[in-house]
Amino acid sequence: MHPARIVLRGCRVEKVELKNICISYGEHAVLKDFSLKIEPGQIMGIVGPSGCGKTTIARAICGFIKPQQGTVKIDGKTMFSHEDRVDIPPEQRHIGVVFQDYAVWPHLSVYDNIAYPLKKRRLSKEEISPQVQNALEQVNMVGYEKYMPSQLSGGQQQRVAIARALTSSSDFLIMDEPITNLDAKLREQMLVEIRMLQQRLGTTIIYITHDQEAALQLCDKIVILELDGSIAQIGSDEEIIRNPANRFVFQFIGVSNFIPVVVEDGKVFFDLEKKILFKSLIHEKMPGPKAMLGIRPMDIVFDDDSPVRATVAQSVFLGNMYNYFVRLPGMEIRVQQMVISENAKSYSEEQEVGLAFLEERYFEREDA
Amino acid sequence: MIFSRAINRDLSRLEGKGGFRLDRLMIILCYVALITVTILPVFMIFYYAFWDGTKIDIATFKLVIFQKSNIRCMWNTLVIGVCSTALATVVGVFFAWLLGRSDIPMKGLMKFLFSIPFMIPPFLAAMSWDMMFSGRGGYVNKALMSLFNLTKSPFNINSVAGIIVIEVVYYFPFVYMQVVSALERMDPTLEESARIAGASQSYVIRKITLPLTVPAISSGMLLVLITSLSNYGIPAMLGYSQNIFTLPTMITALMDRAGGSFEGVRQSAALSIVLVFIVSIALLVQRRLMTRGRYDIIKGKSMRPMLIKLRGAKYPLLAFSLVFLSLIVVAPIVMIILVSFVKAYGLPFLAENLTLANYRRIFVGNIMVRDSVKNSLFLAFSAASICLLLGTMLAYVIYKIKPKGGIALEMMAVLPYSLPGTVMAIGCILAWSGAFFGITLYNTIWIILVAYIARYLSYVLKSSSAALQQVHVSLEEAARSCGASHTQTLKDVTLPLIKPAMISGFFLVFLPCMRELTTSILLYGPKSRTLGVAIYQLRINGQIAPAAALSVVTITLIIICNNIVKAITRDKKRG
Repeated sequence: MHPARIVLRGCRVEKVELKNICISYGEHAVLKDFSLKIEPGQIMGIVGPSGCGKTTIARAICGFIKPQQGTVKIDGKTMFSHEDRVDIPPEQRHIGVVFQDYAVWPHLSVYDNIAYPLKKRRLSKEEISPQVQNALEQVNMVGYEKYMPSQLSGGQQQRVAIARALTSSSDFLIMDEPITNLDAKLREQMLVEIRMLQQRLGTTIIYITHDQEAALQLCDKIVILELDGSIAQIGSDEEIIRNPANRFVFQFIGVSNFIPVVVEDGKVFFDLEKKILFKSLIHEKMPGPKAMLGIRPMDIVFDDDSPVRATVAQSVFLGNMYNYFVRLPGMEIRVQQMVISENAKSYSEEQEVGLAFLEERYFEREDA
Repeated sequence: MIFSRAINRDLSRLEGKGGFRLDRLMIILCYVALITVTILPVFMIFYYAFWDGTKIDIATFKLVIFQKSNIRCMWNTLVIGVCSTALATVVGVFFAWLLGRSDIPMKGLMKFLFSIPFMIPPFLAAMSWDMMFSGRGGYVNKALMSLFNLTKSPFNINSVAGIIVIEVVYYFPFVYMQVVSALERMDPTLEESARIAGASQSYVIRKITLPLTVPAISSGMLLVLITSLSNYGIPAMLGYSQNIFTLPTMITALMDRAGGSFEGVRQSAALSIVLVFIVSIALLVQRRLMTRGRYDIIKGKSMRPMLIKLRGAKYPLLAFSLVFLSLIVVAPIVMIILVSFVKAYGLPFLAENLTLANYRRIFVGNIMVRDSVKNSLFLAFSAASICLLLGTMLAYVIYKIKPKGGIALEMMAVLPYSLPGTVMAIGCILAWSGAFFGITLYNTIWIILVAYIARYLSYVLKSSSAALQQVHVSLEEAARSCGASHTQTLKDVTLPLIKPAMISGFFLVFLPCMRELTTSILLYGPKSRTLGVAIYQLRINGQIAPAAALSVVTITLIIICNNIVKAITRDKKRG
């Protein structure tokens, strides 16, 4: 009996389940033993630096590439299994895909582009028309049916691509960097629209991006991939911001400073060219006597009473904040001050300042 | 709007079966077609040259290449090739600079004039020049003789020097095209900064502009050299009467004389190998130059170059260029048209000597001519259609399916392109005279068709593969994810997107087939003459005026087809 047939009543079925996927291009292994579950009805962000295998995951789910190992299930049904020698072709997996370069067919009108999946399902003209209209409404493109893609802007073409993906499958979309080719303002707007669309239709969306900010803004859950394609952390936006699993995640999701620290005589020192006393108490989360302290520029404040002394190397006014580079012995760190905050005052270059650290984190140190 | 998932009942599509059906079928078809069309003829040439029926035999080969008359024709080939290349380069670079970089007026007209030689087959141009400058009774020669009271004709075009001059005239636009496009794409700031640094105009041309265009110049040069080495039409038209032979004309002559005898065939096979050897050296040099030192500063996007003011030299140069261009481009066409209306070749162009009889003669009375028009149209149409199908399939296999032996396929398809047409024809004769499975196509129209396909397949391959590489994978994957099968994706997305390139690829084959002479002259049979062969034979038989009339018809046909191509490619750019 095939595993796809045994779906127990009451058991929650994952929308997508990847198990032990291995994919390599020639010598270069992109995914090694990769497993991931995606729940229905949410936006799952897959985020990672470029070249980490995000797109490879999407292509494996769609069936555009064949993994060397592992299983892909959608709605509990096996789409690919190396062991059972199952490989459902992409056209039978019923996934709506939105590509980074839109992939709107230039030789077909907007209407024909969106109607294409329905035509392939051999629906009659009377059935197709209302569905196309509905899809156009979802992406605010009513009235553009007769346009050719070359007459549309990038943002409009991407809406057509989303509408086409919706007529292909309204309950499961994969979006691969859908807004990367748009300008900043339009990106913001598209994010809001994708969110609203998802809430209206309850679509499961896999959203692939290298832009951690967009992912944090849009997704219910985020998978952060390391450069080697392994999973660094899975969690909600809040979990990831509050509790980054490791140094990679912390660094990936925002601007960060790292300062090596060392514990001597129960006190914590900055382990720089000169040892600087940082705290006289050991933090309970320190992984060992040697650690790496990570801190966001916003979480460092100027405090004249602090024992940590530094020199301002460079000061830049950015309108709503000051951006400073501050010199510690053998290292420069970044400090940001909101202009509205009370103790914000302008520090000039080469001025000596005291620094207080508000919310520091400790990570493993490579030479520990 | 939740759609039911129609899952294929047969879930376990076995791994091995994965890519079968269409893809695998296309790969196999490509291999079969290419091996039949290109590998067999090439193999047969070597087979005949070195195999005397029972054992490997180098004696014949040695005998052939050291024969005095053959050494003479190798020497002619080299002299004509090298001299015409050198001169064509000088002329081509000069005009490229003049049109690309100076402020000379009437550039549009001159650019148009440069495109004309591409439309006239070389043997027709040679024929027309022969009418003007033939040592015996060329019109211009006669005019000059009566004007200056000369006893001997001042020019004799039926000589090695004459062949060189005509090849220069015919081939320098190759160099011009390559160099002018490089000049137009060159970043003008490179020259401007040299000027700002204090260099003089002529210094900039010598030390900046010329070195930067060296890759373009050398690739144009080699193009001329390769074409000249394998050219049949010009030396045949001009040299035959004076027993001046080059390798391609010698091979053809040997094949004719042999009349099918084994030894004769072996001799021409041996000479073919010599020709292939010479051309391959040129090709290797070209490959080396292409891969080495490309300058990145020549950008893809076009920029407005800094134009050099000619000042006082402007109008003298303009006058010189216009006279030169009209002499070499317009004069031959006018000549051929005039001769086509004259009662007999040699009569002066006076009203009482003009007639339409030549046209009537070729269309009404002459079955051979009527057959040749039909044959050429049939051959050009079929060869273009088959090349279109095969070439596009090949491009798809090589660039989209990417099988393991893809490079081998590509090399097989491009191989005949680098083979001289004469050699390809000899190969076809050897391969299709019953050598394989008893198939005998010799003396039928089909052998010409096979040769045309082999020669011009790479044209479609080039245009279709360029278009296919523009079709991004995501466009096809989008169709798959929308529920289209592999075959449907091809039909609905890929083919419509490359349709414009396919149409222009069709004409890229159609046009040269219409005016082909080199291979047809070796392959034609009593009922399978082509337009080129018909013109050539009319001319050889002394029916020069009817030959001119048929030439005018041919040129008209070519110009019409050429304009269709232009209209189509313009549409593509707009869409």
